[in-house]
Amino acid sequence: MQHQPATIDQAKQLGLLEEEYHKICDILGRQPNFTEVSIFSVMWSEHCSYKNSIVWLKTLPKEGTKMLAEAGEENAGLVDIGGGLACCFKIESHNHPSAIEPYQGAATGVGGINRDIFSMGARPIAQLNSLRFGNINSDRTKWLVKGVVKGIGDYGNAFGIPTVGGEVYFDDCYEQNNLVNAMSVGIVEVGKSVSAAAGPAGNPVYIFGSATGKDGIHGAAFASKDMSEDSINDLPSVQVGDPFWEKLILEATMEIIETGAVVGMQDMGAAGITCSTSEMSAKTGVGMDVWLDKVPMRQADMKSWELLLSESQERMLVVVEKGKEKLLEAVFEKWDLTYAQIAMVTDTGRVRYFMGDVLEADIPAESLVLGGGAPVYHRTWKEPQYFKEIEKFNLSDIADVSLSEAKEVAMQLSSLPNIASKKWIYRQYDSMVGTINESTNLPSDAAVVKILDTEKSLALTVDCNSRYIYADPSKGTQIAVAEAARNIRCSGGVPTAITNCLNFGNPYNEEVYFQFKNAIEGMGIACRKFDTPVTGGNVSFYNQSTSGLAVYPTPTIGMVGIIESPNHRLSIPFQTKGAAIVLLGKPENDLGSSQYLAKLKNIEYSPCPSFDLDAEYRLHQVLGNLAGASVVESVHDISEGGLFVACLESAMSGNLGFDICTDKQYRLDSYLFGESQSRVVVSLAAEKVQALEAICSNHGVPMLRIGTVTAADSVIVNGENWGNVNTFAHGYSHSIGTALES
Amino acid sequence: MKIGVVIFPGSNCDRDLIRVLNDYTSQPILELWHKDTDLQGCTHIFLPGGFTYGDYLRTGAIAKLSPIMESVKNHANAGGFVMGICNGFQILCESGLLPGALLRNTNRQFICENVYLKPGSNQTAINKSLDTEKTYCIPIAHGEGRFYCDESTHAELMNNNQIIFRYADANGNVNDSTNPNGSIDNIAGICNEGKNVFGMMPHPERAYSDFLLNTDGKSFFNSLFDVN
Repeated sequence: MQHQPATIDQAKQLGLLEEEYHKICDILGRQPNFTEVSIFSVMWSEHCSYKNSIVWLKTLPKEGTKMLAEAGEENAGLVDIGGGLACCFKIESHNHPSAIEPYQGAATGVGGINRDIFSMGARPIAQLNSLRFGNINSDRTKWLVKGVVKGIGDYGNAFGIPTVGGEVYFDDCYEQNNLVNAMSVGIVEVGKSVSAAAGPAGNPVYIFGSATGKDGIHGAAFASKDMSEDSINDLPSVQVGDPFWEKLILEATMEIIETGAVVGMQDMGAAGITCSTSEMSAKTGVGMDVWLDKVPMRQADMKSWELLLSESQERMLVVVEKGKEKLLEAVFEKWDLTYAQIAMVTDTGRVRYFMGDVLEADIPAESLVLGGGAPVYHRTWKEPQYFKEIEKFNLSDIADVSLSEAKEVAMQLSSLPNIASKKWIYRQYDSMVGTINESTNLPSDAAVVKILDTEKSLALTVDCNSRYIYADPSKGTQIAVAEAARNIRCSGGVPTAITNCLNFGNPYNEEVYFQFKNAIEGMGIACRKFDTPVTGGNVSFYNQSTSGLAVYPTPTIGMVGIIESPNHRLSIPFQTKGAAIVLLGKPENDLGSSQYLAKLKNIEYSPCPSFDLDAEYRLHQVLGNLAGASVVESVHDISEGGLFVACLESAMSGNLGFDICTDKQYRLDSYLFGESQSRVVVSLAAEKVQALEAICSNHGVPMLRIGTVTAADSVIVNGENWGNVNTFAHGYSHSIGTALES
Repeated sequence: MKIGVVIFPGSNCDRDLIRVLNDYTSQPILELWHKDTDLQGCTHIFLPGGFTYGDYLRTGAIAKLSPIMESVKNHANAGGFVMGICNGFQILCESGLLPGALLRNTNRQFICENVYLKPGSNQTAINKSLDTEKTYCIPIAHGEGRFYCDESTHAELMNNNQIIFRYADANGNVNDSTNPNGSIDNIAGICNEGKNVFGMMPHPERAYSDFLLNTDGKSFFNSLFDVN
């Protein structure tokens, strides 16, 4: 190696630990140069190596009869959905860039996750996102929301894949560290998916898509540290997206796969050329010689490490079967894409990067990657101090509401940003391109998209009530999985598998690590119960400002379910005046971590809502029986805002009203607004109640008739008419837009 | 009848449209690549929605320079059928095949939602079999859909029954409150003087399938292709 060795200080500046520097020296048998240290720094960053999380991630269930790729083995999860088709899906975070440059940060998040899907040969068919912001009334939040939403919209709309679902929360803990998690779902014929493999020595390796510039250098390292006031200096780490190129690359990718000449493919996300060349090499147990000077560049005089670490967007790496290069080149020419052969597969097991004749870096591929030489750390944890505050909570300290107070609470709750309609946001996303979105004209708890030319549909959802997880990381995460599965069941689907996006604070903080470890344990427990294996996902630590405030632990669950036929479909709107309204599941005297307590009573510390995994499972069996049984007319799960909001949402979407009675055994506030889990509101013709009873008793699920669907001119609770549905609908429909545009 | 759909780089509603058009002909729908100049004998040319060239510079401004557009213009000027939906409409205006221009929505946001359309007349191919007293629920999805033209052009459009659809509410009221993007006179779609070139911002192909629970767009295609 011709270059001077890099010092420990340089390594530390790039985010490596001293022990990691020594480990690199051991691997290489010499001191690394600056380019090599740069390579290790990104490949061993949390973002690429999962070094602080992998020990726990390995405990998650990955096995399942429908799994076609094991978690972590490919760019995204792959599950068999029958009929010769597979669903490819994944969720990923773009939190840190979005906190600094919301528009580009969010846009490139969308771009990156879609490339993960189509690099496997699956054409994306639907997108979802999960967003968290601070107080909706703060100027920073308004700026972030507008930027993120426009970024997601501009990118996703031009790319031409519908955004069909998502969730948005506003809580103060996200004020400095907003979260942007993007999910994409694609379809590929079983057996036609493309692997991130390299094949035998001699295969040529091409880069195609955009030219490489200096944007996003050290983005992966940037995502692996706390946010501070100095983070604005990291602005060059934020990449710039171009959805038009992404669309061309998608079409070209689909066409080159058709040629049969593609051996393997990987998109370039974090750590760009470095990550894609080393991961593809390590996966196949081969090496690559890479000529960096052949990379199409956006600007002159780029250094080797800049080319290696650039996270310029819309680039792909493809290994071609030797001798079939022309087949691919013709496709690239057709789509006017920039491309070049930049590397060759070797049998050395090493990635060697050249500039002209000069060898700039020479590293065993295996040493760089997760499962190979990347470090694995067992971090310590301790129970968070704030749990003591939660233990102090006593429901009897809070006076119950009178019926007239309850009406006031209902009005306020239905306008809360965490409960109100997100239409101001999703109206800016093209939700209908592709003509498969079945939720547009009939909403369900999960988004429903048709698999064209089949009887089937997919039910898709992202869920995570992080307030519950803050209160109890294990139980709260079980609830997140349970709610996702419940949403799929309430749409008539069968939960199939999940992807996760694990957003936490700094893993070196023992309390944060406690949250992380327990959340993963809870996720494993719930995923086993619902037979929804984990197909992969993404870890985002360091969602924490240097002042020490970490976000709520936010392990977002993205779940895919299968709806076998159109008559299995279940939906939210009340259908018929006079129909019976029935509560499935057991009411509780429980206001724990409810929006009512948190936002209207300003109580930050209260327990996670009551939750029984077995009861939840039994409820799902009932819902499974209801799909296709023509018993119920509407189904809606009870979540934020409790029973009242669930009824209101079914009423508003059906342009009807409701008349319900509470049960005096329970507090009025908890009956109407409590968020205890495993409950669903259904409506059905009175003569079908018996059939419902039979199904419920079969599975041991309690049910209670609580009221009747009325015309839209009335919302009646315990005999008191609270006005027409529009009284509530106005605040529900407009509060978010009004707050953001004020 | 031979139907062709032009594929530009960035077209993204081409597949949706082709699925629909397949119902109206036993022949394959021809995908006309933007770099070609041969319309391959197509009688009916469609320009689909999307973001041609990323909408960079101005919507449709670069696509109008694609080689195939010369042939499309010749086809239109010879009286041949051409229809543009959404981005296709924008390209037709940029090409001069339709009058007026499509500007940014007044709220400066992309808007995707169902709207109601009221036929402007029943004097053209696309609305001849529609009920002018009825409204049709059709989705829009655009950031630059505000139709604009000068007063004399507007008068000509009205006098010659060239306004094919206006934004309305479900009951057929056409006013500012039923105008999603600020278009002049709530105009959602127009045709040329010869009534052989059509452009509309809403997407009838997105209101076509039973499983979407909205088939109002089917009436438009039925009208176009004389299917009852």
